Amino acid sequence: MEGTKKVKSQELLSKLATSDQHGENSPYFDGWKAYEKDPFHPTTNPNGVIQMGLAENQLSLDLVLDWIKANPEASICNAEGIHAFKNMALFQDYHGLPEFRKGVARFMEKARGERVRFDPDRIVMAGGATGANEVAIFCLANEGDAFLVPCPYYPAFNRDLRWRTKVQLLPVTCQSSNNFQMTKEDLEEAFQNAQKANIKVKGVILSNPSNPLGTTMDKASLRSLVTFINEKQIHLVCDEIYGATVFRSQRFVSISEVVEEMECNLDLIHVVYSLSKDMGLPGFRVGIFYSYNDRVVSCARKQSSFGLVSSQTQYLLAKMLLDEEFTDRYLSESRRRLASRYESFTKGLMEVGIGCLGSNAGLYRWMDLRQLLKEPTFDSETELWRLIVYEVKLNVSPGSSFHCHEPGWFRVCFANMDDETLKIALGRIRMFVEKGKGAKSWQRNLKLSFSSRKMATSPRIMSPHSPIPPHSPLLRANN
Amino acid sequence: MAIKSLEQPSSAAVSLSKIAVSDTHGEDSPYFAGWKAYDENPYDESSNPSGVIQMGLAENQVSFDLLEKYLEKNSSDAISSGRVSSFRENALFQDYHGLLSFREAMASFMGQIRGGRVKFDSERFVITAGATAANELLTFILADPGDALLVPTPYYPGFDRDLRWRTGVNIVPIHCDSSNGFEITPAALDSAYSDAESRGLRVRGVLITNPSNPLGATVKRAVLEHVLDFSVRKNIHLVSDEIYSGSAFSDREFVSIAEVLDARGHRDSERCHIVYSLSKDLGLPGFRVGTIYSYNDAVVTTARRMSSFTLISSQTQQLLATMLSDEEFTEGYIETNRERLRRRYRMIVDGLGQAGIECLKGNAGLFCWMNLSPLLKEETVEEELALWECILREVRLNISPGVSCHCAEPGWFRICFANMSEQTLQVALARIHDYVERMRENGDK
Repeated sequence: MEGTKKVKSQELLSKLATSDQHGENSPYFDGWKAYEKDPFHPTTNPNGVIQMGLAENQLSLDLVLDWIKANPEASICNAEGIHAFKNMALFQDYHGLPEFRKGVARFMEKARGERVRFDPDRIVMAGGATGANEVAIFCLANEGDAFLVPCPYYPAFNRDLRWRTKVQLLPVTCQSSNNFQMTKEDLEEAFQNAQKANIKVKGVILSNPSNPLGTTMDKASLRSLVTFINEKQIHLVCDEIYGATVFRSQRFVSISEVVEEMECNLDLIHVVYSLSKDMGLPGFRVGIFYSYNDRVVSCARKQSSFGLVSSQTQYLLAKMLLDEEFTDRYLSESRRRLASRYESFTKGLMEVGIGCLGSNAGLYRWMDLRQLLKEPTFDSETELWRLIVYEVKLNVSPGSSFHCHEPGWFRVCFANMDDETLKIALGRIRMFVEKGKGAKSWQRNLKLSFSSRKMATSPRIMSPHSPIPPHSPLLRANN
Repeated sequence: MAIKSLEQPSSAAVSLSKIAVSDTHGEDSPYFAGWKAYDENPYDESSNPSGVIQMGLAENQVSFDLLEKYLEKNSSDAISSGRVSSFRENALFQDYHGLLSFREAMASFMGQIRGGRVKFDSERFVITAGATAANELLTFILADPGDALLVPTPYYPGFDRDLRWRTGVNIVPIHCDSSNGFEITPAALDSAYSDAESRGLRVRGVLITNPSNPLGATVKRAVLEHVLDFSVRKNIHLVSDEIYSGSAFSDREFVSIAEVLDARGHRDSERCHIVYSLSKDLGLPGFRVGTIYSYNDAVVTTARRMSSFTLISSQTQQLLATMLSDEEFTEGYIETNRERLRRRYRMIVDGLGQAGIECLKGNAGLFCWMNLSPLLKEETVEEELALWECILREVRLNISPGVSCHCAEPGWFRICFANMSEQTLQVALARIHDYVERMRENGDK
């Protein structure tokens, strides 16, 4: 009886609910599960999996905390700020707190070197960039329509842009031979393919700086892109959430800068922003949607009722972001720390002969492990990835999960840990590469490693290649 | 500034989605027109004593002092406490399971509101940015576009947007009327179901609000039982929006669907889902704190994934985790809040009574369901709207006309009493009194 009842109740859900468009069944998440089962900790679990699959910016939170401690009135929950409590508690206007919008606009301007101006009245709130990206699609496309997206791209776009909107994502293949930079020909080809298949393309969406590449588009490419979308009269959504993580040249050129200097139907231009990466505050759910199209702003604002930023958080951030001395200092120090981290990580990788795509932004590197593949296939990439996760104990993200056309690329995050952990990660990579030196011995090791993994290992053997058994006291201590 | 393309003919505006051009967002309804009048001329005791008094906003402002006192005494957020690791952890925390301490605190708080008669499992909570998001999310999960949810009338105007706009789902009304105090009858349920069927719509669930907005009354246990029976018979979902549960004037008056399910040994639970929020009971609409509590594992899992679009700020989760886990504080708050609302209710009902205006017998919420049909020239929607405009213009009160709540009978209005001081409420009552007097005199002429 129980089983029948359960089956019956499964049928009670919508198609949306029973589809797997949420994306969580992808192998990409195995790495996360491996991390969760066995998370690295410097003292209690030094042989655990190091999380390098999470694009978080943990390098400059101390600056934010210092500011908060120095500005207690920014909290509405203590003696200094309680006078503002009632007004904020009641404030649910979907226009958002004017000071908050002004603060966000100023921060966005500073992240672009003050080369552009943002109108606070065009700033619309959303539930993180996740929410903002979804709102953009809800405004611009109908079920069955398509958006073009250059590959490789952020895996969760599949869920965020398609799941509830039922809009399609059509990949624009970008060649590794061209450093994955999208060309006009790439775009044109994707557009034509869509036409042939009778699919209505409503726009292009991309992240700039790119996740996972860590590169920014140069002005010429952006101009070419703007020309393309104007010719086709389709929308352009630029996800610029990594805008302030550009830590070396070339400097960040935002879409806003480009459209101010050329002929463009501004009604086609929309920007997604967030404080999750640039400020390292993903928990605060600050998603921003900005459009040059009045009707889109209006529609997005109405939708923001489904994902407003907590007024408590708006209040705090309004004060913080309008403190220009702080934001100037934060942006420059954050960049400096990212550059420094980037340098040590890159150096460490180069020392063992691992190269990455040249990058100037982001919280990760696009690592080139093509030469470590048994064969240039995605199966080989997956094999290599499993080895890295289960043997080297690093959760990195395989290129296939980003829809990369070519196997062998991996995204590896470097800003979500402290210096010591990074050193340990580099040490493990070094050991792994040195162990595998010589193509033939490498492939033999690949097979051996898999079978040795299944052997029960005493907790006393501290080799980084021995998985800790589930009942190890080390694991229990960590939890 | 940017150079717009000169060849763009003004008629060829770039195309947007159907969602963007539809008006299902509902903002053109009269419910919102009154807000504009208020925004343009808001009442203020000293600076604008003849301005429009906002009585169309179901906000709870009667118990802020309790919250403020608590916050002054306790450092409640990770930020105020200044501890590095907890701030860092909090700033980075974006797990869609939601903070465990927050979920546990919600479980405790909701249990207290129900007099300890039921327990809630912290693992069944899904967090959303407000009940607005919770109701939409559940609709996405329980129904396909083109399907229908049955909703008893009169209902909260925002449902038209929340349940229908982006989801493409239809609302089919369960008509309730004053003959029995607007209670949901089995006949009305069956009639609504047939209605949907005759329109070719597949019914996926019933959504009730208990305590009811706009009626300001709890749903009786017997009614909950037969609504649940109906849902079982038709094999559909039952969503119970209980966001006003802590605003029932006494805890014994409110029976939650959770209690009914408990009494049945959870035999029929898998189709039931509760929506809760802190916007009404705690008066914190700005904080965007909503939850879905589902007895169905598949719904919990899917809702959790979908909540990625609408999570609660970790800063706010932390604050409330601390506040709501303080059981001494919450018990005191719940009791005092109930007393104050009851007192306000008495004040407004007595005041209206003196003006010869009757209300539906209420026992919960932040508003009364007022019967102004004796003042209508004819019992039509047009006359109701004319009266509403008159009240807005001449009496300078923004109240909500029943038609915006899809009430089947013209003449009923929702009037809010908890979003102002007692003095302002007295001013509003005096204005109503004068208006009714004037009407009577004009009638006598």
